[in-house]
Amino acid sequence: MRIRILAFAALRELCHAPEHAIELPAGARVTDAWGALAREFPALAAHRASTRIARNGQVASFEEALADGDELALLPPVGGG
Amino acid sequence: MTLFRIVEEPIAPPMLDEIAGLRDGGTVTFLGIVREDSGDGRRVRALWYEACEMMALREFESIADEARHRFGGVRVAIIHRIGEVRAGEISVAVLAAAAHRAAAFDACRYAIDELKRRAPIWKKECYADGSAQWRSGA
Repeated sequence: MRIRILAFAALRELCHAPEHAIELPAGARVTDAWGALAREFPALAAHRASTRIARNGQVASFEEALADGDELALLPPVGGG
Repeated sequence: MTLFRIVEEPIAPPMLDEIAGLRDGGTVTFLGIVREDSGDGRRVRALWYEACEMMALREFESIADEARHRFGGVRVAIIHRIGEVRAGEISVAVLAAAAHRAAAFDACRYAIDELKRRAPIWKKECYADGSAQWRSGA
């Protein structure tokens, strides 16, 4: 399946682009998508505990199952205002 | 009238006037302005704001709904600027309108506190010496 990953702020800089497309085998979970991106950009790995993930606009756990065409957003600790 | 907006252009009085049309007995306006002092002695030239816009707008709406329920019918509007916001410029405006001032003050405070805590918006401090750093937390 094909997954789109959007990264914001410091994570966007670590991934060198706001958006990545990755291919994952059937049955993959959010954690597998994170793992695939972290293999490509090893600096991401240290940020796993502080990152919230949204799947198709809803906050999701790392254990949640993915479906083809899903969009994941990687959200570092916020700081608006 | 759109009560929840993320804009790239400066937040200026006409934008607020439009929203102040929701004035009731009292409207409280909070303006967040970029400080020149980072708090650790470095001089800030500008903040760079970035948002996950769809989620941020939904969060603004949730916060406004919560404020309306908690403080009895208060109407809240939120505008946040993204991109480069220079020191001295407005980064965020929160307006709360209610029949009585106490509820408007409480709702305005609630909305800006929750926005800082929850909205998927990030800022990078860009210093006068050319360096920069992402900052999280209120």
